[in-house]
Amino acid sequence: MRGVTKTYPAIRGRRGAPGTPEVRATDDLCLDIRRGEIFGLLGPNGAGKSTLVRQLTGLMRPDRGSVEILGHDIVRHPERAARILAYLGQESTALDELTVSLAAETTGRLRGLDLRQARSERDAVLDELGLTPIASRPLKKLSGGQRRLACFAAALVGERPLLVLDEPTTGMDPVARRAVWAAVDRRRAERGTTVLLVTHNVIEAETVLDRVAVLDQGRVIACDTPAGLKEQVAGEVRVELVWRDRAPLEVPEVAALRTRAVESGRRWSLRMAPEEARAAVATVTGGAAFAALDDFTLATPSLEDVYLALGGSAQGLVKA
Amino acid sequence: MSAVPAEVLPGAGMAEGDTLGEAALGPRARLWPSLAAVYRAQLSRARVARIPLLFVATFQSVGIMIMMRGVVDGGGDARSVVAGSSVLVVAYVGLNLLAQYFGQLRSSGGLDHYATLPAPAAAVVLGAAGAYASFTVPGTVVTAVFGCVLFGLPMAHLWVLAVVIPLAGAALSGLGAALGLLAPRPELATLLGQLGMSAALLLGVLPAHRMPETVQLVRDLLPSTYGVEAFARTFGEHPDWVSVLGDLAVCGAVGVASLAMATWAYRRAAVR
Repeated sequence: MRGVTKTYPAIRGRRGAPGTPEVRATDDLCLDIRRGEIFGLLGPNGAGKSTLVRQLTGLMRPDRGSVEILGHDIVRHPERAARILAYLGQESTALDELTVSLAAETTGRLRGLDLRQARSERDAVLDELGLTPIASRPLKKLSGGQRRLACFAAALVGERPLLVLDEPTTGMDPVARRAVWAAVDRRRAERGTTVLLVTHNVIEAETVLDRVAVLDQGRVIACDTPAGLKEQVAGEVRVELVWRDRAPLEVPEVAALRTRAVESGRRWSLRMAPEEARAAVATVTGGAAFAALDDFTLATPSLEDVYLALGGSAQGLVKA
Repeated sequence: MSAVPAEVLPGAGMAEGDTLGEAALGPRARLWPSLAAVYRAQLSRARVARIPLLFVATFQSVGIMIMMRGVVDGGGDARSVVAGSSVLVVAYVGLNLLAQYFGQLRSSGGLDHYATLPAPAAAVVLGAAGAYASFTVPGTVVTAVFGCVLFGLPMAHLWVLAVVIPLAGAALSGLGAALGLLAPRPELATLLGQLGMSAALLLGVLPAHRMPETVQLVRDLLPSTYGVEAFARTFGEHPDWVSVLGDLAVCGAVGVASLAMATWAYRRAAVR
């Protein structure tokens, strides 16, 4: 989706309780998303992802800057956003007491479909996502993952060239996740649909995204393909060591490693150059240290490492 | 800061990406179809979740009438009691429950769902208000019939409920929706809804001529009063239809105003 520039210079003086300092939820952000792309916003809670999405969907007016979607100025005409994009928010309260089928149909009708179209699209989408067997159950009675999938179904009824999905797969089992990504891929392949995905799940970000912007404290601290981002820390690998009871600190090499490890209980996590990692692995898999070792892994860096290496100020990304 | 790599993404969609013109907008949802869709969804919601509350509303009104039977013998006072109790069902559901619903929807972020759909604000508000108002029909009718039997009033003109319920429903549910949408916190919406209902109870059920003058003035300001008055008049032997029409007209005007205010409140709450 070329031509989408969102610039939010100095934004959002959100004054909650008096005395709370102003928070710049999005600070002079600038992003360009191309048509047909699955673009991700990655960042911990409070990074400004949701604020950015609210500004993009016309729900919140930026204090400054411009938002353009497919040639339309959303700051000047926020009402147009609803006619270009479908938004899946984190909340399902508006649909909770409806049946899956009625939630999808009503949403379709409110997207301007007539009754016949809304029903046929509803049936197609429910079928596609495997929701037909539970179509007559109220969302409230479903599990968290199923409810999420039902809301996703509602977002798909009434086709839109841009899908804005805020953590769509939260709570879903692998089958439901696959259904979501298959549905997204199909729309992209057939209609060139663009997807903006908000996530704090690094594994999902690595597997489904074309490009990702890493947000921290309202700023983009990096924007590239997941592979490109990982190249930034390509010189390093991650070594994870899990000890049986305690680390054998009497081994001098292990004691030396400790200074560089991030410890969490029996688990040590180290980022180091490949040759160092080889030496470290050789140390712990031979001799006295091996007897104390429960498990170890050697991995190429993940987006989480990228995030930390870029100086992300908070921890809070999910690996799942 | 700009973070746009120069290379072009390979794969789908890029052919279109070169068109820099405005993309076609999706259709705008028109007022009546979307109103019908919201109405239907809300009615089904209410059926699932609110039936017990409708019973509560009806029992409350029936209980009040039984209590008042000990105090009021009949005549004009009995008419006000029956009319007030019937309209009270509308106030309970339309004002109180709708204020709670919109209060919760607003605070939980549920309004975002509607606000990111191209449906007119009026459709969302009117659909919900209409659904809540029609949801009160069985309770109101049961209360009115029970009251007529209890106080020995004629049932010949009960048909007027077909006009009273929609008009009083519009006025009260519009007020309820506006309160729910304007309240900064959901607890406050609940409180305002409850207070509104209490006002409808005290000022609607008790015969007006026994109240002090200031209270009567407050009573005149309450939108449900005119519905109660219109309904009470029709119990007479020869109802004064001009006054009935006058009361209903006031009720309708207040309904239009309060629904307009609710629509405005919705727009304000949806885009912050």
